[in-house]
Amino acid sequence: MADKTTPLHDEHVALGASMTPFGGWLMPLRYTSDLAEHRAVREAAGLFDLSHMGNINVSGPDAAAFLDHALVGYISKVREMGARYSMICAEDGSVLDDLIVYHIAPGEYSVIANAANAELVLAKLQERTTGFDVTLKDVQAGQALIAVQGPRAAEIMLATAGLAEDAEISGGTAFADLKYYACLRMRFDGEPLLVGRTGYTGEDGFEIWVSAERAVALWRALLAAGEPLGLVPAGLSARDSLRLEAGMPLYGHELDTTTTPFEAGMGRVVRLDKVSDDGTPVPFVGRDALAARKQSAPARVLVGLRGEGKRPARAGYDVVRRGEGTAPGTVVGRVTSGAPSPTLGHPIAMAYVTPEVSAEGTELAVDVRGRAEPFVVVPMPFYRRPQN
Amino acid sequence: MADFPENLKYTTEHEWLDGSTPAVIGVTDVAAEALGDVVYLELPEVGATVEAGAVVGEIESTKSVSELYSPVSGTITEVNTEAVDNPEIVNQDPYGKGWLFKVEVTGAGELLTAAEYAAHTGN
Repeated sequence: MADKTTPLHDEHVALGASMTPFGGWLMPLRYTSDLAEHRAVREAAGLFDLSHMGNINVSGPDAAAFLDHALVGYISKVREMGARYSMICAEDGSVLDDLIVYHIAPGEYSVIANAANAELVLAKLQERTTGFDVTLKDVQAGQALIAVQGPRAAEIMLATAGLAEDAEISGGTAFADLKYYACLRMRFDGEPLLVGRTGYTGEDGFEIWVSAERAVALWRALLAAGEPLGLVPAGLSARDSLRLEAGMPLYGHELDTTTTPFEAGMGRVVRLDKVSDDGTPVPFVGRDALAARKQSAPARVLVGLRGEGKRPARAGYDVVRRGEGTAPGTVVGRVTSGAPSPTLGHPIAMAYVTPEVSAEGTELAVDVRGRAEPFVVVPMPFYRRPQN
Repeated sequence: MADFPENLKYTTEHEWLDGSTPAVIGVTDVAAEALGDVVYLELPEVGATVEAGAVVGEIESTKSVSELYSPVSGTITEVNTEAVDNPEIVNQDPYGKGWLFKVEVTGAGELLTAAEYAAHTGN
């Protein structure tokens, strides 16, 4: 099957992007240089096309109770116009996808899924609707999702021609008061659209859902407003190195169907304390397995690794004990993501390792194509943005 | 735009070499472009004997790693330590400051002209 293209495809091509297949979509990998795009996001801002992300609208009188049942998070506690990072697990507690849920109106939610998992998430959600008065709708088609990420993102949004606040639809929240992990309705050329203050880069930033018809106009308006402030279009390559520095998991790397949220260090998203309106615990999908898993010692844990040399570790490489010279020692784990960190200037990686070598400061090595390269266990995130 | 200087010879593995003695070897801008930003170079040792078509090192970019082949047989006389310290010059100037190593040539492998290499890469 041919890869799908987003409403912004022609813009990417015109900007000279290298396009790459990703999750069933043809997406920009980079426009000019991975490093330049990465640095622009850390220092000014980057513009991303995220239209490949799945978007499932959940509405109805039981929408909140349904999401409490279908996902591991406590979604009924998310206030209107709030957002929450969550996961959908199988009965055995394994992660089917990680998601962001936006509470976009009374009794209405947007569930944002990874591109490669969007169909599965919709199918699994549909399966779980039995007994709930709820309607699911795949609303991805006909929309684009554009992200502005970086310390100058708010400034750029305010400077964008045609993008305006409107108290009539914003519920009285000013753009300036929009909190991290919350959303707001604004207008672009008169059309109402949803803006979330969320992202996947470790920086401040916004994600904007816009109709396919106006996507190109909004993309160009954001670029025009942002370029004088240092904004550049940024591709998946920069997005991956940015999220890795920020210690954020990527489905298919840190998370998959062999992993529960606990191994991934994301146990906090599993809300065993969820109760229904009548005060009884919510028997959400995966609850029993996850409750048991929380009590048992993990077989492996996700850790951050900092390279002491120059050679980066890559996904799939073995983590080993340090041995004699450059000979790799016993295998104690596996790298899930790895890259040279553009911001920090040394290699960074995430890896699953056995618990006895997971303590901070543990000196390990990664088998980089037959040679043991020294790495040390460090806390994540690797990079944290300076707070104002 | 891809650029293949006429005075150089090329390989299907995207290396170039010039006609000087010893021969200077690097990677083409097609390779530099495909790799993305180069962040790490592993080059052969000076004095090492290399064979045409054999792996002599590796080039690592932000996103991937690829092997570096020698287009000729001979002895390594010099490696570009500036490129090892500042690998981004391979992207910036692949035919100039971003050269990789020099070989006292004893035998050549299969080499392409600029036109043949351009045809090979579809440019």
